[in-house]
Amino acid sequence: MTQTDTLIEVRGLCNRFGRNSVHEALDLDLYRGEILGIVGGSGTGKSVLLRSIVGLNRPHSGEVRLFGRNLLALPARERSELEQRMGVLFQGGALFSSLTVRENVALPLIEHAGLTRADAEALAEVKLALTGLAAHAGDLYPASLSGGMVKRAALARALALDPDVLFLDEPTAGLDPIGAAAFDQLLLTLRNALGLTVFMVTHDLDSLWTACDRIAVLSQKRVLVADSPERVAEYDDPWIQDYFNGPRGRAAYQAVQGS
Amino acid sequence: MTNAEDMRPPAIERQEGGLVLTGSWTLAEHGRLKALLTQAAPPEQTVSLSGIDRLDTAGATLLIRWLGVDRLRGLLLQEQALAPERRALLETLLDALDRAPAPEAPKQGLLSQLLEGLGRQTQALGQQFWQQSGFMGLVLQSLLGILFRPGRWRITAFVNQVHQTGLNAVPIVALLTFLVGAVVAFLGATVLGAFGAEVYTVNLVAYSFLREFGVLLAAILMAGRTASAFTAQIGSMKANEELDALRTLGLNPVELLVIPRVLALMLTLPLLSFVAVVSGIIGGGVVSLLSLGISLEQFLGILADVPLNHYLVGMAKAPIFAFVVAIIGCLEGFKVSGSAESVGRHTTSSVVQSIFMVILLDAVAALFFMEMGW
Repeated sequence: MTQTDTLIEVRGLCNRFGRNSVHEALDLDLYRGEILGIVGGSGTGKSVLLRSIVGLNRPHSGEVRLFGRNLLALPARERSELEQRMGVLFQGGALFSSLTVRENVALPLIEHAGLTRADAEALAEVKLALTGLAAHAGDLYPASLSGGMVKRAALARALALDPDVLFLDEPTAGLDPIGAAAFDQLLLTLRNALGLTVFMVTHDLDSLWTACDRIAVLSQKRVLVADSPERVAEYDDPWIQDYFNGPRGRAAYQAVQGS
Repeated sequence: MTNAEDMRPPAIERQEGGLVLTGSWTLAEHGRLKALLTQAAPPEQTVSLSGIDRLDTAGATLLIRWLGVDRLRGLLLQEQALAPERRALLETLLDALDRAPAPEAPKQGLLSQLLEGLGRQTQALGQQFWQQSGFMGLVLQSLLGILFRPGRWRITAFVNQVHQTGLNAVPIVALLTFLVGAVVAFLGATVLGAFGAEVYTVNLVAYSFLREFGVLLAAILMAGRTASAFTAQIGSMKANEELDALRTLGLNPVELLVIPRVLALMLTLPLLSFVAVVSGIIGGGVVSLLSLGISLEQFLGILADVPLNHYLVGMAKAPIFAFVVAIIGCLEGFKVSGSAESVGRHTTSSVVQSIFMVILLDAVAALFFMEMGW
């Protein structure tokens, strides 16, 4: 096992919706233990890329290899085993609205790990505490949670089976700056503690600078550049320059430098 | 990547210096770990964690529960050889568990639980009645407010609702009442035939459909078909914050959404009741003609002798049923809160309530008309 152990390889990925082509021959690697940030303008297919990797979207052509295997070509049982090694945090949380927060987190533990309900709920309580939710939140239904609590509860569910890879779709969107900063810290702590690998689609410049080891920029239907934040910010491309060296990008960079 | 083969099962080994924990302490071994830890009481000797091959949050949680937060904290200070990520995992979990002690829910006896449930339901029933009365008042008030201001009449919405609740419902209403009419005729022929009074089958079908079945069947169908649609439409708008958006734009959701629906149903239900009456009598007529040997002249002659007031008594109920069904459907839509599940629950509730109310009102009306001798 080397430091640059590749968990996910995307090779020649093409995605088309009708006549509209979103990805053309897109290549991307995700290495063990890193936090990879995915950025790109609206409509560049960031979420489609995430959905293609986790197997929710069958690509037009090309291949996605997770842990060296093509998810879509596997028989159902092996596919399910592989899926249990991934945790996905959807943009809106996607918590099951008919279950309480605790039951939401306990569900995969009961279904896949074969725990009894009492054990699963006790463990769910730990996950909720780990993501920083107050103890009484476990009894609430998703409809009565605030935006930040939904993100934390959804993160706890994504972490339920102790996955190797965590996929986050705009995790800090809709959070206040303090909540977003706390989320970045939480992510770093969990990555260090659990040895997670994180694939994060985000627009949050602060998150990119504080949490990400590498940033991949989606543009012109492919990955334009994937490198360390500093290197990406220097890349010679008008969109990237506007993104990182515009007023907001500058401010976020200086904030990180100052701290 | 770790292979499953080289993972040892979890174990607690007794060595000279104390206990040594070994093997894989992960979620996959949860059952075995639990059995292992319930057998072994928290030990007096020192415990060494460095023999553990793999550790995840599930295993770490069990470890913390077994040794206790303070004991494990002390252990982490002594244990120098521990890998940094493992130390980080245990420390993160210790912090999280320290901060959040799980509160115990107070236990209740069975009797007090039953009593509490009964009390809550009674209260909910009273509250529902109160809400319905309030909502009816609100709708009537809004209706009066726009009655003399044609500029605020929502003609398009009204016509659309008439189309959906009225025209589209004609086939199902006609078919169902036709079948019920035929069934009533067969029933009448069987019972009345024993007295040689088969010819009264026509009277039975005509009276029952004119007074009761026509309007009742149409109203029940509308309760199932339209009240549920109203609840789902308004409910999903509520869940999507569209109703709040209307309010912030200075628009009145009752005026915009409820009044066109209520008025449309009050127009279409009498019309559908008429369709139901006609098609029910045709159903009975077809059976009479084909299997009872009653001629068409005879059939029409008996029908013509039926007094008009039966028809009026039946039709008088239609607008009232329509109002009640529409009000319940819309109100349940407004009661939806947030989630998709709530939309489903309130849709069910609106169908059950409106069918119940229709039958209840019909029974009351039957009693009233009988006493009045109409």
